[in-house]
Amino acid sequence: MIRFILLQNRQGKTRLAKYYIPLEESEKHKVEYEVHRLVVNRDPKFTNFVEFRTHKVIYRRYAGLFFSLCVDITDNELAYLECIHLFVEILDHFFSNVCELDLVFNFHKVYLILDEFILAGELQETSKRAIIERMGELEKQE
Amino acid sequence: MNPFSSGTRLRDMIRAIRACKTAAEERAVVRKECASIRAAVSDNENDYRHRNLAKLMFIHMLGYPTHFGQMECLKLIAAPGFPEKRIGYLGLMLLLDERQEVLMLVTNSLKQDLNHTNQYIVGLALCALGNISSAEMARDLAPEVERLLQFRDPNVRKKAALCSIRIIKKVPDLAENFVNPVASLLKEKHHGVLLTAIQLCADLCMISEEALEYFRKKCTEGLVKVLKDAVNSPYAPEYDISGISDPFLQIRLLRILRILGHGDADASDLMNDILAQVATKTESNKNAGNAILYECVETIMSIEDSGGLRVLAINILGRFLSNRDNNIRYVALNMLMKAISIDGQAVQRHRATILECVKDSDASIRKRALELVSLLVNESNVKPLTKELIDYLEVSDNDFKGDLTVKICSIVEKLSPEKIWYIDQMLKVLCEAGNYVKDEVWHALIVVITNASNLHGYTVRALYRAIQTSGDQEAVVRVAIWCIGEYGDLLVNNIGMLDLEEPMTVTENDVVDAIEVASKRHASDLTTRSMCLVALLKLSSRFPSCSQRIKDIVTQFKGSHLLELQQRSLEFDSIIEKHQNLRSALVERMPVLDEATYSGRRAGSLPAVASTSQGNPLQLPNGVPKTVDAPLLDLLDLSADEPAPPTSSSANFLQDLLGDDILSSSSQSGRIQTQKSGTDVLLDLLSTGSPPAQNGSFTADILSISEDNNNKTTVNALNGLSSPVVTSAQRSHTSPVMDLLDGFGPNPTLPKDNGPTFPPLVAFENSSLSLIFKFSKQPGSPQITQIEASFTNKSSEVYTDFIFQAAVPKFLQLHLEPASSNTLPGNGNGSITQKLRVTNNQHGKKSLVMRIRISYKLNNKDMLEEGQISNFPRDL
Repeated sequence: MIRFILLQNRQGKTRLAKYYIPLEESEKHKVEYEVHRLVVNRDPKFTNFVEFRTHKVIYRRYAGLFFSLCVDITDNELAYLECIHLFVEILDHFFSNVCELDLVFNFHKVYLILDEFILAGELQETSKRAIIERMGELEKQE
Repeated sequence: MNPFSSGTRLRDMIRAIRACKTAAEERAVVRKECASIRAAVSDNENDYRHRNLAKLMFIHMLGYPTHFGQMECLKLIAAPGFPEKRIGYLGLMLLLDERQEVLMLVTNSLKQDLNHTNQYIVGLALCALGNISSAEMARDLAPEVERLLQFRDPNVRKKAALCSIRIIKKVPDLAENFVNPVASLLKEKHHGVLLTAIQLCADLCMISEEALEYFRKKCTEGLVKVLKDAVNSPYAPEYDISGISDPFLQIRLLRILRILGHGDADASDLMNDILAQVATKTESNKNAGNAILYECVETIMSIEDSGGLRVLAINILGRFLSNRDNNIRYVALNMLMKAISIDGQAVQRHRATILECVKDSDASIRKRALELVSLLVNESNVKPLTKELIDYLEVSDNDFKGDLTVKICSIVEKLSPEKIWYIDQMLKVLCEAGNYVKDEVWHALIVVITNASNLHGYTVRALYRAIQTSGDQEAVVRVAIWCIGEYGDLLVNNIGMLDLEEPMTVTENDVVDAIEVASKRHASDLTTRSMCLVALLKLSSRFPSCSQRIKDIVTQFKGSHLLELQQRSLEFDSIIEKHQNLRSALVERMPVLDEATYSGRRAGSLPAVASTSQGNPLQLPNGVPKTVDAPLLDLLDLSADEPAPPTSSSANFLQDLLGDDILSSSSQSGRIQTQKSGTDVLLDLLSTGSPPAQNGSFTADILSISEDNNNKTTVNALNGLSSPVVTSAQRSHTSPVMDLLDGFGPNPTLPKDNGPTFPPLVAFENSSLSLIFKFSKQPGSPQITQIEASFTNKSSEVYTDFIFQAAVPKFLQLHLEPASSNTLPGNGNGSITQKLRVTNNQHGKKSLVMRIRISYKLNNKDMLEEGQISNFPRDL
């Protein structure tokens, strides 16, 4: 199960944080700080997995943005790595060539996409097209 | 109206915040925005509510407090339109979580939305419920979610399935309601629904044994077929990821098959073919393919054995291990760790590759590989493996050395075939990374050395050579010094030569040189220097010719600014100078340390050792046995100078020794207290400064007895200690000491109830809770009052998280001690007591007053009682 998803830039600014487990606000800030510290200085040749407390963080870097998933120790790391990439492709498709600013100004849409992709810490939909279509339908509701 | 396209206020705010150059500017912008949002909240403005909440969410992401927005979420959720609800639910998920009580208020809106005619609104509600539902909500809304599992639109069905996972995790009793709906969902074709249904199925199997049995019987075949279709399906662009059709679905399927096949031969049989197909046909040049293979291997390892498949799996892992991609190697190591219990032989074949991984530059891989290696070691390969690891120790990173030494040491300790090999390996480790080993490691080495009596000579010579070359590694220096102190004579005379040794000539002066160098080395810490002094004392008896020189070295420490060294220096100096006759007996070789007690104690007290070693760097494990002797000797020595001291005067000298204040303070408190402080004092004497608990290892035999806090055993311990050291003439003097200690007993009981007595006071009482104060005063300090507060609960409920607080005016000082418990059982069945100490600075003029507050939880509801006590007895 995914415990939380973080999207941070190199400076450690959080662009998206979604927690599927309850945490105190102060604890969330601590987690965000620690995860950023863990991933930001790793050599790109190194594994994309780091042990974090009793779980592990699967992260991937896209330009200046770090996508980090914290998952159970028994979960399939490679699958979650693929999952991050799929999420990025969806964002890229939705914003047509996504950049950090898109995510800042449209953060509420990013959350909406995420809610169509992952729910209750589990993968909900694996088809890029299905999610993009669904987003189109939701936008029509506005 | 769309708040984000028409009004651009959210964009404006984000721009304004991004334009800020300093944190202070940003704070100012945020403060201004928050103020206007608050104003809008209190005006109950409707038009901009969702825009305000969106802004608040952004502010929340920046890390500012936004609690005042919580109620706005609820209002938006209750609004009729989709845009409002969307922002409302988003805010709910961001700003709140399952623990907030406000959440209860949303249950009703959620229920309505789950039954809404607009399926997009149903989707929003399911999403919120799945992400933050509490147990109560789960219970209340489970029937709705269950119904939605059969909804016509697949988007709702898949959301409902994931929502059900949350529900059964929160309320496992509900699991059985979901078994049947899931069984029908598993027959669906829609990937999203299938994916989520499989996940729900897996979670049901975890929670309920019956569900597992049901799915195993009814669904295994179907799921095998689904996997077959997924693997063999033609190209489907929608689900294609680098040439593989929906790897996520395949992985989920493999995982559920693992759960169903585990421990059941029939189910395992059903899936053998498809597993073999996945394992052989899946492309392994892309990450997605490897992810499937990885999952497949894990499934093969977990289900019931069918020989051929396992070979296939181990071969896949072998391929992974030699992959260039670090991620792949990492998961291979991870999986090999699980495989080792199933097929150790097969894993052994990859030993060389795994050893290479220990040397990788990536810490994640190194750590995994090292753990795997330590699992791979057995009697037959321990020697070559250890050699590899020790060789690597030379070149490894400093921050990895700690982990590496721990592992090497535990391997060597566990599997060493003979003592000489153990000693050799440990010496190598200490020479390479002596600064990285934990104290227990070299303590254990010393225990082993003392037990290997035929190797004493060999070891001390090896250590002597080692400190010539690796004098900068603290641990090796300490072990060497200890051994030289004990076995210095073997070193000089080449006694106990083994065939493999080269003879070497070391003079007595060389040995003393070595210790002198160590004692004066800049980097040596207190422990090492103390050990040097003890070693020198021992050598002064072993090498009579060097006695004078040793005395000179010891005397140099008289001026040390470290008390411990100064004291040792003075004491040892006087032993060397004045007590030639008993020195040789005093510094005899240490008795053999018992391996069994040592390892047993280490296992039992590991956390304790860890914690004390943090707090106190001055561990003196090996030095202590000798320092114990020394002060004891001083004690006896004093009495020897004045022959047969009468009891009274010896009481004086003991009093001197113990310090007046200790004696007088102990005579004030009760008998038990006295005995305790009596032993404490003795312990202090015995351990010269380092508290007994910290000695951790070797002296604990003596100390553990004295820790009983019992006068008599202490004296026994004293006797036991003195017997090997002290001659019989002196031993007689232990009896006055014993008398003295016994004398503590009756002496000090007298005061106790000297002061005036006060009646107990009912300080607080309501229908269920009562608080009674009992007072006592220490004679001689009338302004201090000891209060014992005891709480009783007459109601039938248990009070938890019970906290008592008190406040006093300025002329009083209040000290609260921790309460006996924070749970107060009901029906007057037990009580909580808590001690208070009040100092009245205006004693005799004003009497006590106190304000109290008692908070506790009753059935998880916070309760609070407050009151003022002004009817304290006068003269307190």
